[in-house]
Amino acid sequence: MKPKIELRGLTKVFVKKTGSVTALEDISLNVGEGEFVCLVGPSGCGKTTLLRILAGLETQSAGELKIHAEQSARPLQSMVFQEKGILPWMTVRDNVSFGLEMRKAPKSVIAEQTAYYLEKTGLSKFAHLYPSELSGGMKQRVSIARAFANDPEILLMDEPFAALDEQNKFILQEELLSIWSETRKTVLFITHSIDEALMLSDRILLMSAQPGKIIQEVRIDRPRPRKIEEIRKDPELAGQFVDIWKHLQQEVQKTRK
Amino acid sequence: MTHPVKTTQDPVQIERTEWKRRQVKARAQQLLTIISPVFLLALWELLSRTGGLDIRFFPPPTAIVTTFWEMLLSGAIAEHVGVSLYRIALGFLAGVIPGILVGLLMGLYTPVRHFVSPLVMALMPIPTLALLPIIIILFGIGDLSKVVTIAGSVFFPVVINTAAGVLSIDKIYLDVASNYGASKSQFFFKIALPGALPVMLEGIQMGQAIALLTIVAAEMMGATSGIGYLIWTSYKAFLLQNMFVGLIMISFFGYVFSLLLRGLQKKLLPWR
Repeated sequence: MKPKIELRGLTKVFVKKTGSVTALEDISLNVGEGEFVCLVGPSGCGKTTLLRILAGLETQSAGELKIHAEQSARPLQSMVFQEKGILPWMTVRDNVSFGLEMRKAPKSVIAEQTAYYLEKTGLSKFAHLYPSELSGGMKQRVSIARAFANDPEILLMDEPFAALDEQNKFILQEELLSIWSETRKTVLFITHSIDEALMLSDRILLMSAQPGKIIQEVRIDRPRPRKIEEIRKDPELAGQFVDIWKHLQQEVQKTRK
Repeated sequence: MTHPVKTTQDPVQIERTEWKRRQVKARAQQLLTIISPVFLLALWELLSRTGGLDIRFFPPPTAIVTTFWEMLLSGAIAEHVGVSLYRIALGFLAGVIPGILVGLLMGLYTPVRHFVSPLVMALMPIPTLALLPIIIILFGIGDLSKVVTIAGSVFFPVVINTAAGVLSIDKIYLDVASNYGASKSQFFFKIALPGALPVMLEGIQMGQAIALLTIVAAEMMGATSGIGYLIWTSYKAFLLQNMFVGLIMISFFGYVFSLLLRGLQKKLLPWR
């Protein structure tokens, strides 16, 4: 598989008055074209920092990162933020077209892409509403539609479903997979939920607690579309769940000592 | 052990009577809001007619209304109100516009904020009215000195609220703008301005109240027309009915302005 994202020896150190903290240590990894990769780790392991570096919101202290671009007109990456990431003063439609507007895409492209992803996420009827009138699940649909409509080389997702209730979470996961399967964009998805990672990804990367390193890699070879019931029933995946669970437990225990 | 609850009535019926009781209560409270000013006026009328209030200082409301009518017909009200409104409008704009500009610069650019905010903090506590003698010497007793005084008083709450408005924008929106590649001007118009607007409008509302307070005081000291002048000269001539007419005009316009600003707020912030 052709690599889409390449990270070599990525390290991030935060300096404070009281000393310095190594958030990420020597992270090297490749994500292939069209691969859906989940990054799982205990909170505070630096997974969000890693994503923010890829998103261009932080700069690494050392190491290299490369996102291979196919079309120069496309933006390199777009991020789906945690719950509050949509702009409250814009309507649903304006939020979805935000990225396209920012990069001054042709009017016809903006209209077409926006309408397409509004439809895909079931938001067409709510296009004229403001976010304050939407439920949490709807808001995250807007966030997802905005990222896909922007048509980036890769998608970055920072625990987009963490604030949702269980039912909505499963629904949105399935919806995300169905939209994703059309475009087959390369996705790097952060979560602390093992279930979510098993449900969504081709590959799960486990991170250690501070300093954040990648300690294990798990492949999930399951056909898509996936259903949450099937994931739960599958004995092999249940075994993988327990493995990952134990790993994370160890990491959490370490931070307590 | 369970305690059986006695239900002798249909639960829907119970809730319906309860709901009706709440409706009646709410209507009674609305009535109180309307009654309170009427009650005050009636009490005032009664007391001043029976000698409970000194009629020289508190002429009965009916007498004030008569005076108001006479002044309206003679054109005195139109003249004084017109002059004051003109000064308020100019002074308000002359304070609000630079206030918004400086406030935005302070909010957006940290060096500007660090440089300007000590100046704002030091100058804000000085009442512009205390500077009125100097302002009159510099700008005369005409409209300009009033406009300058109002502008000076309105500027500070607007500047502070605008800067605070920009700083109150959630950091995640800045990340969104940067992640989706917003340019400087796009950032300004799509993020900073709408994000700061709610707090900014509160500052403008405060500015409006201050403008009214200031105009009366400023016209009392060095002026030949305006509502403040009307109040002051009527007081000096012991025409207290005319003075009360002036006070009522101020209260009326204060009310109208805040209604207008609230309407503007609804229009500008449909997403709230």
